Amino acid sequence: MADDCCPPKGQVMILACSGGSNVGQLSNQAAVELTQEGFGKMSCLAGVGGKLSGFLQSVKDAPDLVVIDGCPVGCAKAIFREAGLPLRNHVVITELGIEKDGDLKPPRAELDTVKNHIRRMFAGRPPWAPAGGQVCCCGSA
Amino acid sequence: MEIKVLGPGCAKCKKTEEVVRAALAESGLDARVDKVTDLMEIAVYGVFGTPAVVVDGQVKSVGKVPSKDEVKSWLA
Repeated sequence: MADDCCPPKGQVMILACSGGSNVGQLSNQAAVELTQEGFGKMSCLAGVGGKLSGFLQSVKDAPDLVVIDGCPVGCAKAIFREAGLPLRNHVVITELGIEKDGDLKPPRAELDTVKNHIRRMFAGRPPWAPAGGQVCCCGSA
Repeated sequence: MEIKVLGPGCAKCKKTEEVVRAALAESGLDARVDKVTDLMEIAVYGVFGTPAVVVDGQVKSVGKVPSKDEVKSWLA
């Protein structure tokens, strides 16, 4: 029997603004791929915005998290503020040299820029999660 | 009062249930404690990990074993 459902070390929650622009979609796709690659696990920013207790408590208890906004409008940041949650590891994609536009299928090179930036933020931390798990628990994925 | 312990059955999930029951016993409160092991049912609560504890529909703890004092504070 596993002792840990969720190993406390190296657990990164990923929250993306997932907005309707190139940088919003970059935030979403980076979160998806980093989850699939076992870097961390994407959670639902909408659940935090809705102040649903499971999402709020999950943010409070997450040892590590990264919050990805596409642009300086900062919707994800605002959601955290409204929910009374401290913002940790906040990334704004336009600050990485990527201009905001309406292309909902941004190029791979830009996606790699975002993913690499986030990976560097947590350099040295080992991957923790099996790819694609919906709920972190023993024997589930 | 209704308390749910979410988790599929790992050691920490079982320990969490023990802590919850011990806190209840010391508090002298009457509450129903349910273990939720079904992953789909757990997912409904939107928790990032397990074990998790839900008191009267509000998630109080995620991904760790709470202390007995923490649990008692949720019962007050």
